[in-house]
Amino acid sequence: MSKESIQAKIRSNPKFAELVGKRTRFAIILSLVVLVPYYTFMFLVSTQPQIFAAKIAEGSVITIGWPIAALFVIGGWLLTGIYVSRANGEFDRITEEVLKEARK
Amino acid sequence: MKRSLTALIAGSLLAVSFAVFAGPGAIEGVQKQPVNFSAIAMFMIFVIATLGITKWAAGKTKTTADFYTAGGGITGFQNGLAIAGDYMSAATLLGLTSMVYFKGYDGFIYAVCFYIGWPIILFLIAERLRNLGKFTFADIASYRLDQNRIRTFAAIGSLTVVCFYLIVQMVGAGQLIQLLFGLEYNYAVVVVGALMMIYVTFGGMTATTWVQIIKACLLLGGGITLMLLTLSQFGWSLDNLFAKAVESHKAAEKIMVPGSLMADPISAFSLTLGLVFGTAGLPHIMMRFFTVPNAKEARKSVFYATGFIGLFFLVTIILGAGAITIVGTNPAFFEGGQLGGKVIGGGNMPVMHLAKAVGGDIFLGFLSAVAFATILAVVSGLALAGASAISHDLYARVIKKGTASSQDELKVTRFASVGLGITAILLGIAFKDQNVLFLVALAFGVASSVNFPVLILSMYWKGLTTRGALWGGIAGLVSSVGLVILSPTVWVKILGNKAAIFPYDHPAIVSMTLAFFVTWLLSVTDKSVRADKEKEAFEEQYIRAQTGLGAAGAHDH
Repeated sequence: MSKESIQAKIRSNPKFAELVGKRTRFAIILSLVVLVPYYTFMFLVSTQPQIFAAKIAEGSVITIGWPIAALFVIGGWLLTGIYVSRANGEFDRITEEVLKEARK
Repeated sequence: MKRSLTALIAGSLLAVSFAVFAGPGAIEGVQKQPVNFSAIAMFMIFVIATLGITKWAAGKTKTTADFYTAGGGITGFQNGLAIAGDYMSAATLLGLTSMVYFKGYDGFIYAVCFYIGWPIILFLIAERLRNLGKFTFADIASYRLDQNRIRTFAAIGSLTVVCFYLIVQMVGAGQLIQLLFGLEYNYAVVVVGALMMIYVTFGGMTATTWVQIIKACLLLGGGITLMLLTLSQFGWSLDNLFAKAVESHKAAEKIMVPGSLMADPISAFSLTLGLVFGTAGLPHIMMRFFTVPNAKEARKSVFYATGFIGLFFLVTIILGAGAITIVGTNPAFFEGGQLGGKVIGGGNMPVMHLAKAVGGDIFLGFLSAVAFATILAVVSGLALAGASAISHDLYARVIKKGTASSQDELKVTRFASVGLGITAILLGIAFKDQNVLFLVALAFGVASSVNFPVLILSMYWKGLTTRGALWGGIAGLVSSVGLVILSPTVWVKILGNKAAIFPYDHPAIVSMTLAFFVTWLLSVTDKSVRADKEKEAFEEQYIRAQTGLGAAGAHDH
């Protein structure tokens, strides 16, 4: 079967539109979940640094800034885990189906 | 066209090197230390082990696919470690700990900025990169655009970033070896250049990947051990560690809150744009996505890489904070025993002194060897990325139009590796005692303003045309290099002018915006027949990017 007809079949398969729609939405949402808090954080760090001076507990010298920064590192990693588990599971399953149906 | 482009780039490079030679070295003079035999012995073990790996890898490197991508046979986990290894350079270990040591919380913010691009790379780029590319990032940039012009330009973008980065690493290697091993600067540069040539020329991507994996494990293992030794000194309490740090540091409680680093919002924004999106435009990092068999493994590699990089950054933050007390209150680590004076060996040394303080000479030797191995591994990855831009993009595709045999291409790539090795040695010696930090700004500026726009637009925007990509890339290159020259670091500190013409050290806010704008403008106004064909070709590329249909597989020659 020619490459063009496989492509045409993929394009006309509603599952392909579903795959692309779901994955694009998911990727954009996760990117925003990282970038919006991050740029908010950077904006506050440079304009309102004093809000990060509150202590995490009575008698501790550690300010809330430290766990917040650590949260970006740990949270960012957990989000990559969430993306990979859905992409390697659900999305790859749909991709397989689309490719199989196109090659029929 | 091609010639004028080359002239343009040669001109800007010349301008930069002139800028560097014109001024006195701004970096503090590094003094040679006594010869450290345990460090040298441990480094020799690393060299022998990695040369053994290179011999094994050489036996497996028979085709161009083996050479550029290890035959696509690296697993996601291995690739994750290797990517993390590429990103965790000696500058990260020494620089981040030193930043926390001197500035406290600002160092942590900086680490977050360096880190946050990774999740974004996964969500938006990783799988498309794997599905569309074969050997280099130019494969993707020129997928449906003009093979000659766009591929040439993408290769030049890669080589520019590689060269800037190589200089930083070579100068770092020379300085480190003076401090840690007590050997001459030039020896270090020659040793790094020679070993790199051997790894890359004989072992290709297989050897480079394994050198990187071993080094990543050593660096993570060494860092975590040092962190545990440090924490044990504070009764395993972070609260106690920070309380002591606040007592010991001359800025006292100010080290716990944001300081001057990010005080200017626009400057901070420009820095973060360059770091976040520049990471996605580093050729030696992008190349790693082609070493795994499919998009599934490519995603896994970013998951593992992000985890390792994050862990390493958190460890370095604790090391820096621990050093404030352990190194900062011990007169033995200061010149003339003056507490608060100059740190022996320079401002990048706190983590090394910390290693000596809590682990003795043997541990210091170990960490020194690891730091040097780190430079070696990063340099090898860079050289491989540069060599593939020369042989795969410029020679095989542009000059030979895809008719070169695998054997000829391999020969060219090996010559290119040797050539890059020699260039790196010469540049390393030429830039001795120069402040090369601005080259990091340049590398990330070019990566975010030249490589990243064309990469992301070619993947996501149907309307991109050759004309838009080419002129957008030129605009990004000229503005990023030009603005760094006009920035406070180069224009004032190195060239000795009174006031900077461009107020920020990082150009991305202007140069990246300009690159996107020019690319957009010259693409939408491009009414040529070729432009229509390029837009039509997006459909095929889109389906391949989304499904992996037709993507280069493992052992696909």
